[in-house]
Amino acid sequence: MNQRVAQLRQQSLDTVPRITTERAELMTEFYRNAGAHAVPVLRALAFQHLMENKAIYIGSGELIVGERGPEPKASPTYPELCCHSLQDLAILDAREKIPFAVDEAARRVYREQIIPFWQGRSMRDIIFSQMDDRWLAAYHAGIFTEFMEQRAPGHTVLDDKIYRRGMLDLIADIDASLAGLDYLHDPAAYDKREELRAMRICARAIITFAGRHADLALKMAQAEPDPVRKEELEQIAAVCSRVPAHAPATFWEALQYYWFVHLGVITELNTWDAFNPGRLDQHLDPFYRRETAAGSLTREQARELLQCFWIKFNNQPAPPKVGVTAEESGTYTDFANINSGGLRADGSDGVNEVTYLVLDVIDEMRLLQPSSNIQLSKKNPDRFLKRALRIVRQGWGQPSIFNADTIVQELVRQGKTVADARCGGASGCVEAGAFGKESYILTGYLNLVKILEITLHNGIDPRTGERLGIETGDPRGFISFADLLTAFKKQLQYFVDIKVQGNNIIERLYATRMPAPFLSLLIDDCIARGIDYNAGGARYDITYIQGVGLGSLTDCMSAIRHHVFDQQSLAMDELLVVLELNFNGSEKVRQLLLNKTPRYGNDDDFADGIMQQLFDVYYDAVNGRPNTRGGVYRINLLPTTCHVYFGAVTGATPDGRQAGQPLSEGISPVQGADRRGPTAVIRSAAKMDHVRTGGTLLNQKFTPQVLEGEDGINKLAHLVRSYFKLDGHHIQFNVVSAQTLRAAQTEPEQYRDLIVRVAGYSDYFCDLSRALQDEIIGRTEHHTF
Amino acid sequence: MAGGTVFDIMKYSVHDGPGIRTTVFLKGCPLSCHWCHNPESQLPEPQIMFYPERCIGCGDCAGVCPSGALLPLAGAGENTVPEPGRGKCTGCGSCAAVCHAGAREIAGRKMSAVEVIRAIERDVIFYDQSAGGVTFSGGEPLMQTDFLTALLAGCREKEIHTAVDTCGFAPRDKLLQLAGLVDLFLYDLKLMDDRRHRQYTGVSNGVILDNLLELASHHDNIVIRIPVIPGINDDADNINETGRFIATLSGVRSVHILPYHRIGTQKYRRLGLTYALPELRPPDSEKMKVFADILVKYGLTVQVGH
Repeated sequence: MNQRVAQLRQQSLDTVPRITTERAELMTEFYRNAGAHAVPVLRALAFQHLMENKAIYIGSGELIVGERGPEPKASPTYPELCCHSLQDLAILDAREKIPFAVDEAARRVYREQIIPFWQGRSMRDIIFSQMDDRWLAAYHAGIFTEFMEQRAPGHTVLDDKIYRRGMLDLIADIDASLAGLDYLHDPAAYDKREELRAMRICARAIITFAGRHADLALKMAQAEPDPVRKEELEQIAAVCSRVPAHAPATFWEALQYYWFVHLGVITELNTWDAFNPGRLDQHLDPFYRRETAAGSLTREQARELLQCFWIKFNNQPAPPKVGVTAEESGTYTDFANINSGGLRADGSDGVNEVTYLVLDVIDEMRLLQPSSNIQLSKKNPDRFLKRALRIVRQGWGQPSIFNADTIVQELVRQGKTVADARCGGASGCVEAGAFGKESYILTGYLNLVKILEITLHNGIDPRTGERLGIETGDPRGFISFADLLTAFKKQLQYFVDIKVQGNNIIERLYATRMPAPFLSLLIDDCIARGIDYNAGGARYDITYIQGVGLGSLTDCMSAIRHHVFDQQSLAMDELLVVLELNFNGSEKVRQLLLNKTPRYGNDDDFADGIMQQLFDVYYDAVNGRPNTRGGVYRINLLPTTCHVYFGAVTGATPDGRQAGQPLSEGISPVQGADRRGPTAVIRSAAKMDHVRTGGTLLNQKFTPQVLEGEDGINKLAHLVRSYFKLDGHHIQFNVVSAQTLRAAQTEPEQYRDLIVRVAGYSDYFCDLSRALQDEIIGRTEHHTF
Repeated sequence: MAGGTVFDIMKYSVHDGPGIRTTVFLKGCPLSCHWCHNPESQLPEPQIMFYPERCIGCGDCAGVCPSGALLPLAGAGENTVPEPGRGKCTGCGSCAAVCHAGAREIAGRKMSAVEVIRAIERDVIFYDQSAGGVTFSGGEPLMQTDFLTALLAGCREKEIHTAVDTCGFAPRDKLLQLAGLVDLFLYDLKLMDDRRHRQYTGVSNGVILDNLLELASHHDNIVIRIPVIPGINDDADNINETGRFIATLSGVRSVHILPYHRIGTQKYRRLGLTYALPELRPPDSEKMKVFADILVKYGLTVQVGH
């Protein structure tokens, strides 16, 4: 990378995340003086207020401009969603992992302005006040989490529309939609009008925001003594005057347009998964080809622009999270996950020259953000996969690898058109979606293992003695494994019902109180329908509940079936007593459960068959239920960091896991349970029907030696291709030895830049909680000699 | 149906032939190389391997040992490891069967050819994708000729690529009989000097070299593998002589030189054996290159590592 990029990158790495009250102050000022508007218009005017008044930042040497806060890594807050208390601010400032600096001035602003105005009025306050006792009890016990309790739904990705159409074009669409409203026959016409007006305000606001950058750039150019920088600033001004008002004409404009849109989405609300350009390589390819052919852009210039673009993502840490949300997603990563490769709309190979450029940039930048993945289709060349694996081999966990062909199958099964499915991909951690056309909201993790624990206690949570579930019988009376499975199924259904009831309320709270008219501009068919993204305006609307701990659950069930029912070597009563004592004085039983049980991840048909049964139980409990946005529920299996939190609230389990220890993550086997090598793990994982999910997450850990040389890369490529032939959804790799990770625990200062793959994202090892560090060390390390 | 003794079936084996492979380790070897990294492969009978770090000191193993090879725990505390008794371990596996912690494992179990083939077949998708297959190693797989023949025939029927990793010390007629069922031979050469060969492996290399000469005239896919053991076979004389010999073989041009490693040393402790080369360091890549360069002069294609 050149000096400019190196400096900007270093600045991004060195800057400590801090809280800025800029947005909170502007928002409070706006709401104090707000007129009597319909809610969408009110939100649009609030957005406009932000775009017109927030500080504009153009950093030294920058080519792509715009920050969410007043400067890089100054993280705004969203008091209308989550009003942090002074205590929250103190925790954010002081906590050891993922801190945000909060200065005295910020605390004063909160004390004097923000808290008095927003306390009791934030979405967080409203949501908790609307949930019933059963929901609250289950939530506090750690049976499920709630994504929308302090962050807005988002979970969506952009398609190619902004590269073809400017905001002025979208305004024309809005006006056409407004002109077509039928106030006589359409009872929702008024709602649509207000929503469309709101979108139009937002479209104009983002043009204004860009114009303010153009103005500042010109002003800076006038004062700039260095002629080279002066010309760059003039160029920035020219770019910001054209986009996003107009469709981009150049590679540079295309990137800057996206970046303004990105900032708009993450400033309007603190959406989950930030936002993401999706198939960046495909979107940029026409610009790249045209300009390089014309001689107006070199490969090096394109690379530099992409690198500057990358740094912008890294400058935006995920909004500060507190409480359970910080437990389930303890990272600065905000899950913008750039897709490369895959298929085109017509089903042809999507890999192009920009794909390789993007992979070079990923390799060279080595940044946590944006996350990156490749979409690997059987139609993509091996060169593409191997280029990606050579980055993977370096051991910092990026890019992850998705099966583009399986994602198409998943999306088509969910009812998308083939073309929409092919233009989709993966976002967040591993979630499949139709880019630019779908709202696929993750609503919370579900603790599958805790539900078994409650089943084994006939509805009682042994941790508190509280009755959380229903009575499904004392397991000592079960005469077969089928009895246990039936009881578990009932408990699971009961808790899923509670979760769905809560979701039905929360979805409507966002639809009616917290629409997202700016985001709605970008996702089809919100404009055409005149309906907000949060209210069902997207072409496809899915709600997810993410299962956590399937590997642990499988091993628990396998242990009970094998030892209690089949072999009858352990009585149910004895097992329950031993678990209650957390195996104290019963190490032999624990070892029996750990070592003499058929376990998931070893290509063992007994264990894997149980996994398939449990998958079906979970699928049946969730899949196909209606949500409030005209769509349905689906399942996916990923944990972020929630398997650590869920483990912490779950007692000792029949798989030999001690109380408080992490659960298995994603669809990976229990840490250390897979002992037959990576092909056995893949065979086990592929026995799951991935096509019926919206995403699964499989982590594998290799020692660096396994991947040495071209031969190591070739064989890993074959391993991936084989998993994908079996319809696996996703696989990702840590290439690091346990020895290195232990050394990093002992001497963190020597390993500050050690990055590892956690679940669906990478993170600095030293930023992880000790429990999560230990969990990663405990994962089976595939080696060979 | 033939059966035999297998001490491991290793999947995603990537260093024993082309592609992704499953390596089936057959127990028993006529050689006893000082550097052997699979000491549990040498005896044909099942053996107990003990992992003291896993032992929880429950003492169950001593309680079930029918031959008094383990002393019952006296005043057992936590982590008390049962000590060897006077009796001789027969490798019956009773202790491993009751050891919940997996501290006692049996190396070597009787399997039928059908069972082994079934295990191999599980990874067909990986072989197909990578042009891989199965490798029969050991020990010396030719020690169990009937079993090996049945396995090879089974793989041939299923169209699974086969490799046989052999030390070459086997009855020639048996070797040639099954050669037709083998897609690839990985043929080990250790030392050209017979006296030193006897010293470090326990047997003469006469049969090994003669067998190779004969095999090379019958089989057209043989890779020679040479473990490079510092101070034992890495002298210029041995390398040159090895190169000269291989160059005389019709059709054999591919040589893999494998740097000595110490991965197997733990296993000696687990078997209650003493490792013969406690101080030996692996050769550095410079040394390997020197070795390779000499062999290249004989017109051979040399690959460092598997």
